Amino acid sequence: MSKISEVFKSNKALITYVTAGDPSLEATKEIILELNKDGVDIIEVGIPFSDPLADGPIIQKASQKALKNGVTLKKIFETLDEIKEDVTCPLVLMGYYNSILNYGINNFIIDSVNTGISGVIIPDLPFDEEEEFYAKIKENGIDPILLVAPNTSEERLKEISKVCSGFLYCVSIMGVTGDSQAPIEHLKEYSQRVRKYIDIPLAIGFGIDSPEKVKNIIDYFDGIIVGSALIKIIDKNSDDKVKMLKEIKSFIKSLKVW
Amino acid sequence: MKKAYFGQYGGRYVPETLIPALEELEEAYEKYSKDPDFIDEYEGWLKDYCGRPTPLYFAERFTEYLKGPKIYLKREDLNHTGAHKINNVLGQVLLAKRMNKKRIIAETGAGQHGVATATAAARFGLECIVYMGAEDIRRQALNVYKMRLLGAKVVPVYSGSQTLKEAINEAIRDWVTNVENTHYVIGSVVGPHPYPKIVRDFQRIIGDEAKIQILEKEGRLPDYIVACVGGGSNAMGIFYPFIEDKDVELIGVEAAGKGLETGQHAASLTAGKVGVLHGSKSYVLQDEDGQIQLAYSISAGLDYPGVGPEHSYLHDEKRTQYVSITDEEALKGFELLTKLEGIIPAFESSHAIAYAMKIAPSLDKDKIMLINLSGRGDKDVDSYRKLNRKVIE
Repeated sequence: MSKISEVFKSNKALITYVTAGDPSLEATKEIILELNKDGVDIIEVGIPFSDPLADGPIIQKASQKALKNGVTLKKIFETLDEIKEDVTCPLVLMGYYNSILNYGINNFIIDSVNTGISGVIIPDLPFDEEEEFYAKIKENGIDPILLVAPNTSEERLKEISKVCSGFLYCVSIMGVTGDSQAPIEHLKEYSQRVRKYIDIPLAIGFGIDSPEKVKNIIDYFDGIIVGSALIKIIDKNSDDKVKMLKEIKSFIKSLKVW
Repeated sequence: MKKAYFGQYGGRYVPETLIPALEELEEAYEKYSKDPDFIDEYEGWLKDYCGRPTPLYFAERFTEYLKGPKIYLKREDLNHTGAHKINNVLGQVLLAKRMNKKRIIAETGAGQHGVATATAAARFGLECIVYMGAEDIRRQALNVYKMRLLGAKVVPVYSGSQTLKEAINEAIRDWVTNVENTHYVIGSVVGPHPYPKIVRDFQRIIGDEAKIQILEKEGRLPDYIVACVGGGSNAMGIFYPFIEDKDVELIGVEAAGKGLETGQHAASLTAGKVGVLHGSKSYVLQDEDGQIQLAYSISAGLDYPGVGPEHSYLHDEKRTQYVSITDEEALKGFELLTKLEGIIPAFESSHAIAYAMKIAPSLDKDKIMLINLSGRGDKDVDSYRKLNRKVIE
């Protein structure tokens, strides 16, 4: 059983996203350690990309800031390598396919394995593109975590269930990350529909930003994913690390409503 | 070859939310592109609204000046709205209507595609939103004015390079959010499958007509076809019907901007490497870490760091030759054609003109060259005026 699957065995999971290098790689290290300490179950580490199609303005801005700081995929691996012994929860890399293609698929897999990466999420790589890539990372013990949207067809859900492992990333809305205004009434039906075809844990993400929202949807999913809301806290406190870590701690605590 | 691909290029590298829309579009296109009623309607609009067929014009004075092959210009500049863009837009808007999409979005660099989309949306009574980089809005004020006059909402994009690349990102984000009632009219042979194929098919009218016209005028096929390449839709449109005619040399001209060595250019095939941008795999300008680089060209329509996947395939197969022309050379092309033929070419097309100027003097006089004059230069006259160049006597 993979490290990610283990997480879901005992309880629901709180999954958080941070952009590597925002506001700096040094800070990212500390943020990850704080999240790990605060009881986050899985941490997604975002690889900043110049053209992040699935992201809204908050994560876009964080990515641009990280890129200005000279962050590269190589440096991200080096940073994660430094803290791998101290992070107990699974780490998942989330990035756009061009970063990986450019790094070289084999190099990416080798470095992911050496850094102890448990899963990979690539929003612009559907299961039916580069099928050999997802097969290869799976062979190397890394979970391919795929995304589904409210409009994903039953045929595709069936196919996705054959490829995906660890957990399934259910995008809550038709839209990009950080849109917290979108309605959530459909989420119960959505989760039921997806479960008909997929028997791995379901985590819901995009626009999940408050304990109230989590309370309303947590019954239908096995995990929640929080990204933009956390990035906002990091951004707001980028000049005051102590305050930033304190606010992160209390935000994380407030989200675990189960 | 997988159907979404040209060799290893193409594909559908998009968020899962967009897959149903791409499947719906593919299905609609497969159905209607074989439907005689749809074809009749499309051809009717091309003829009576767009002004097709466009002439194939023998550029006699330009030919005499260069002392090389006979040069013909395929006059896409004479289309309604001033460029080849309208061919594709009319086709896609007719498709959108059949798919019951009420909202049309588009992106634009030079503004020609935006104006064409706003025009078709006005004619068919559809809501139209055009994303445009803030830098391009500044460079192409007249086209922005036209789009607004036509009833389109022009949304400035301030992120990144503030040019076409970011405008496409923003259009895709809008599409992800509003995919159920919105059709995204992609303006070039780029983007996820099936767009590169659809846009090519709607643009192949250029090459189909040119083939008939040159056979009528010269009784044989041309030796060279030259077209500028940004995303590559005008080039794909004129090249495609000639791909099997192996004796016809196909030449795509990219923008070398301030010079390839300066890094300020838009020559994806000449100086890029394989990557994934805006939903497809193709040659892309990117740095060592795979971040997409900013393209540069004096011509907003060529200022794009990627290229259509079919061009990448033709490049690898060596069926087409890709070269590049600097801003300065393009400006000389712009000036010379204007002076000798009384035709002001778009800055984009001026790249093809300039390449012809470069090679024609060393080619045999009994050869024939077609240049795709993809658009007219009215939109660029103000930019040219601001350069304060000495008008050639």
